[in-house]
Amino acid sequence: MNVLQSNFFELITIIFYCILIFVPLLVGVVLALYADRKIWAAVQKRRGPNVVGPFGLFQVPADGLKFIFKEIILPDSADKTVFLIAPIITLALSIAAWAVIPVQAGVVLANINVGILYIFAISSLGVYGILMAGWASNSKYPFFGALRSAAQMVSYEVSIGFVIVTVLMCVGSLNLSEIVLAQKNIWFFIPLFPMFIVFFISALAETNRPPFDLPEAESELVAGYQTEYSGMPFVLFLFGEYINILLMCAMTTILFLGGWLPPIDVYPLNSIPGFVWFILKVTLVFYMFAMVKAFVPRYRYDQLMRLGWKVFLPLSLLAVVLTSSILFFFKLAPGMS
Amino acid sequence: MRFLNLIKSFLLIDFIKAYLLAQKYFFKKKATINYPFEKGKLSPRFRGEHALRRYPSGEERCIGCKLCEAVCPAQAITIETEPRDDGTRRTTRYDIDMVKCIYCGLCEESCPVDAIVQGPNFEFTTETRKELYYTKDKLLENGDRWETVIAENLEADSKYR
Repeated sequence: MNVLQSNFFELITIIFYCILIFVPLLVGVVLALYADRKIWAAVQKRRGPNVVGPFGLFQVPADGLKFIFKEIILPDSADKTVFLIAPIITLALSIAAWAVIPVQAGVVLANINVGILYIFAISSLGVYGILMAGWASNSKYPFFGALRSAAQMVSYEVSIGFVIVTVLMCVGSLNLSEIVLAQKNIWFFIPLFPMFIVFFISALAETNRPPFDLPEAESELVAGYQTEYSGMPFVLFLFGEYINILLMCAMTTILFLGGWLPPIDVYPLNSIPGFVWFILKVTLVFYMFAMVKAFVPRYRYDQLMRLGWKVFLPLSLLAVVLTSSILFFFKLAPGMS
Repeated sequence: MRFLNLIKSFLLIDFIKAYLLAQKYFFKKKATINYPFEKGKLSPRFRGEHALRRYPSGEERCIGCKLCEAVCPAQAITIETEPRDDGTRRTTRYDIDMVKCIYCGLCEESCPVDAIVQGPNFEFTTETRKELYYTKDKLLENGDRWETVIAENLEADSKYR
């Protein structure tokens, strides 16, 4: 009885923490969607959403409500179970990855020592949601979109993997909090600047953002793997996509921009709580995500594959070799001094 | 040359340039207006919703010459006329099918007494098709409502005619 009670208490705390992650994440997604549209509009000298609520801030919740009340259309020839499971998988996986993201010193749901491996695994699984959606729709455009998306995510994950390896060699740990703390002296985007760029561009491809939004290239594939979706499942896909984007922004922040650390460790700056710095940095990276969408045209599919396999892969491999040589030669690697 | 291009693409020069350009436009004045709350300027010649005008005495201008009906390329105008008690000819029916109308302005152009005009109003959407079948009453009412603006516009445009 006692064991059961303590277990129950533990369960409640975990659920509470999950809500503590999920709710700010949801707010973040709404703000990200809004910011995305506003930034895109501003670059094109448009105004963007500005009617619903103050500054149009309620536009996204209004859209969400609209989607919730819309009919869920199930295509006749679709595999209905898989069709409905796919968006759930996508959203669940993208939220699950946030369990290991440290937003402040010690503020993390699961401080596991292979955090980065966990994120890597989860984001690889994300392909399944998209593939299932494309396959279950039983329609040509979603199928093409899913194939493209799968190929693209798999190829860019390779270079992301090598970029992460270079970072890990400088840190000596797979724990995300320790990766942040290792940047106490210098943020990794300075010594590893080329890798920072490679990671950023790969992150764009990994999250199917423009200029790599080929899976949903509307001029070719209607809406890619989401073509047959409507109502609530569509919202789940949309949220999953944006949570993934925020996750990639957070990953860039943690790996290269010093996570929750202030830019310089002096009095007024280091008294600001860490999560504020974290959110600021994530916002900055997301701003770049949104800007890239506004000024880079979409890649052709063969160009995308060429960039992934012929440029980024050799480049990141070279970086792995170079970094390890330098670390070894100057005895800089952690635990070598 | 190829080598230079290679260096250029590796240093992401084009992307940085594009980013700076986008950033410049980010802060520029918006080209669009807050439409329902603020409206763009219309030329006096703007060809919007039709209206039938009256003389200051209140007498309707239209003499039922049917020139507009004849010239209308979309054949959107239907007119029937009858002599009135005082001997003058007036329309008993003056319909414009706003769905057929192509807003070319030929009716206004052809009218010898400036009776049928196209006013500055372009916000006359309706919920049914039937409401877009304008009758004489509706057109005269339009004329009464927009008379000041229409008169100003005709005045402004008169020196170019």
